[in-house]
Amino acid sequence: MSSKHTITVTVNGKSYERLVEARVTLADFLRNELDLTGTHLGCEHGVCGACTILLNGEAVRSCSLLAVQADGAELLTVEGLARGAELHPLQQAFQDQHALQCGFCTPGFLMTAYAFLEERPKPTETEVREAISGNLCRCTGYQPIVKAILQAAGKTTT
Amino acid sequence: MKPAPFEYFAPQAIDEALKLLQKYGEEAKVLAGGQSLMPLLSLRLARPAVIIDINRLRDLAFIRSEPDGGLRIGALARQRAVERSGQVATQCPLIAAAMPLIGHFQIRNRGTIGGSLAHADPAAELPAVSLTLEAEFVVRSTRGERAIAAKDFFLGYMTTAIEPSELLTEIRIPATRPRVGWAIEEVARRRGDFAMVGVVTLVELNGNDTCQNSRIVVFGAGEKPERVARAERLLCGKRTDEHALAEVAKAVTEDLDPVSDVHASAEYRKEVGGVLTRRALQNAFKRAQKETA
Repeated sequence: MSSKHTITVTVNGKSYERLVEARVTLADFLRNELDLTGTHLGCEHGVCGACTILLNGEAVRSCSLLAVQADGAELLTVEGLARGAELHPLQQAFQDQHALQCGFCTPGFLMTAYAFLEERPKPTETEVREAISGNLCRCTGYQPIVKAILQAAGKTTT
Repeated sequence: MKPAPFEYFAPQAIDEALKLLQKYGEEAKVLAGGQSLMPLLSLRLARPAVIIDINRLRDLAFIRSEPDGGLRIGALARQRAVERSGQVATQCPLIAAAMPLIGHFQIRNRGTIGGSLAHADPAAELPAVSLTLEAEFVVRSTRGERAIAAKDFFLGYMTTAIEPSELLTEIRIPATRPRVGWAIEEVARRRGDFAMVGVVTLVELNGNDTCQNSRIVVFGAGEKPERVARAERLLCGKRTDEHALAEVAKAVTEDLDPVSDVHASAEYRKEVGGVLTRRALQNAFKRAQKETA
């Protein structure tokens, strides 16, 4: 009657094996077991998008998955974006455009934008707005975030 | 907010999942995409003793066209896969049009067709769409398989005809008939939110562009999606003129009996239900007129 399971996951290219309780969400697993605290938890029930990560290349909410479900999966979190000291173009664009203030929602926006641009490298502004509609930000008013994503997509912004 | 402890099974084969359902019955919850169940677990609104995770049952993730033009979708097909499917777009454009209205793309990446239908949220799009299309639901247990018509599938608020020992495995959508037009319209507070009220319509025209058959389904305005029979009858024999559509819309407004809640008042839902019906019918007529017999 054990509710503990051994899982193996690859996060940002590194493989981890851990024994986890079945009820632990993937977000808590990343933060508490792997100390990857870049993934933030806002609402913990699938509304705010702060915990968005990539699971086998697709953006998902890590609060709405169990860690055991990620057994064998490849994950990408915000910690996996930068190359050493060099920011990822999306991160650089967020800095350039002042697309964050408190920064709480930023990891979720970055991972959402990353997955979105992988699928649509040259989006329109409307498509960007649609793509980020599942992420909440209470500081910026979203305009700089839209600009940052367009900048990262190679579109000129002022 | 953390889920209460449960025992977890991730069967690799359908038969294995059915045996677990047979054994645990009402103690167990089936975990598919988890976009509704995981929040319920985290908020402890659901505290099942056993979770049966069906995500490893890859045989249930299919999308198949039938020779007669029908469509079969496995319960575990992700909403995003259905949204991207060329087969679905060609053979059942109404389903394709409904997909982007479900949550956000991160949610559709995980959310499944079967999960949304089995969860049966009254404000969800897929139950209303399946009722409009007169889809059939295939459920299996260790005792065998049965098919349930959409009209018999949704019983009430988040309640379906699936027995505790049964697993929803497949949704069958009949072939679209010639000269049929469809539309889905909804009003939500924000993009991706559940609809405060929504309408799905389907009209079938005869040779002189009059309606010979229609379905008008309202969702988000009651315990479950419902056809508005009087409005459907009123539309029969009508052409797409403003007067006829206004009369049908008025019947929808009159016949709805929604609840008031934090999202919208009953009065608002009745009014908007009528407005959306008129818009949906205009679009459905336009589409049907483009179809050749």
